[in-house]
Amino acid sequence: MAVNDVPDNVFMTTLDAAANWCRSNSLWPMPFATACCGIELMATASSRFDLARFGAEVMRFSPRQCDLMIVAGRVVMKMMPVLQRIWLQMPEPKWCISMGACASTGGVFDTYAVVQGVDRFIPVDLYVPGCPPRPEQLIAGIMELQSKVMKTGTINGREFIKRTAATGPTPFDADELIRIREANELLPILN
Amino acid sequence: MSYQAQLESQFPDAGLQWSDFRDNHRVVVPAARLAEILTTLKQTHGFDQLAEITAVDYLEYEDSTDRFGVVYVLVNCSTGERLIVKAFVNDPDPTLPSMYPLWKSADWLEREVFDMFGIHFEGHPDPRRILMPDEFTAFPLRKDYPLKGRGERHNFPVITRSES
Repeated sequence: MAVNDVPDNVFMTTLDAAANWCRSNSLWPMPFATACCGIELMATASSRFDLARFGAEVMRFSPRQCDLMIVAGRVVMKMMPVLQRIWLQMPEPKWCISMGACASTGGVFDTYAVVQGVDRFIPVDLYVPGCPPRPEQLIAGIMELQSKVMKTGTINGREFIKRTAATGPTPFDADELIRIREANELLPILN
Repeated sequence: MSYQAQLESQFPDAGLQWSDFRDNHRVVVPAARLAEILTTLKQTHGFDQLAEITAVDYLEYEDSTDRFGVVYVLVNCSTGERLIVKAFVNDPDPTLPSMYPLWKSADWLEREVFDMFGIHFEGHPDPRRILMPDEFTAFPLRKDYPLKGRGERHNFPVITRSES
């Protein structure tokens, strides 16, 4: 059949592009809401901001039904194993948004119990800045993730296999090493 | 006769130090006599609620002679009176008797003080950590523990995208 014979209502595309179009317009978020960012996340899903306009309104509280994890809020060291377990339970293909300053860097909570950015321990696709981000900002992030899925996605997830390094900084940065050395020498408290 | 005068006459050798700040009535008791004084306060003076147990680390504190002060806030529910009882304990192995037999609310409060300051409560029915993970070894509210920890917050496996 020659190309000229294709009628107007038939499109030619690749399987990758078709899958990306479907996936990016029906993201199912897993709301991992641990702090005030979670309130903004709820506002984003509610009628005023209406995440349903972008096809991502179906919040599921079971990781097995989701493909987009939104880490909204600070994650403490007691919560980190839970977060990792939930991430591993989500089916492929899956993406992760780190929402707000605390999830991305630890924010102002530079203390012994707060993980300094979830990207050190789970892969993160997109960061939404803000403390907490406004719903518009989260929607902009989700739209950005949609375009990322459209541009880089493949039907069998080949793009994920290449990401063999951790997304975030290595767990021990220079400051951390200095602090640990100080702690081991039991230096007096810095007043 | 106020409970203060009664306690003074009942424990003349305990060296109770009474003080007032605004509307707080406070008394410092020796740690060795803490159990019997709190028992008396509950059973004869009607302090039937233990509202709070907390502790203060006096390391490098000006003019302090003891390391930890453990603070008990008692409430008399029929009169509304409050009394703040403080006892001092020291390194190594700061230990106080558990108040669980007197007030059941001491259960979690003592576990929290143990978790944050490492003060042991003898006779506690369930002396585990309450807030920090079980594998945590330090006591984070002690003044010689660094604010940013000793690297416990980085002690997790890294999950990369290709393996998850």
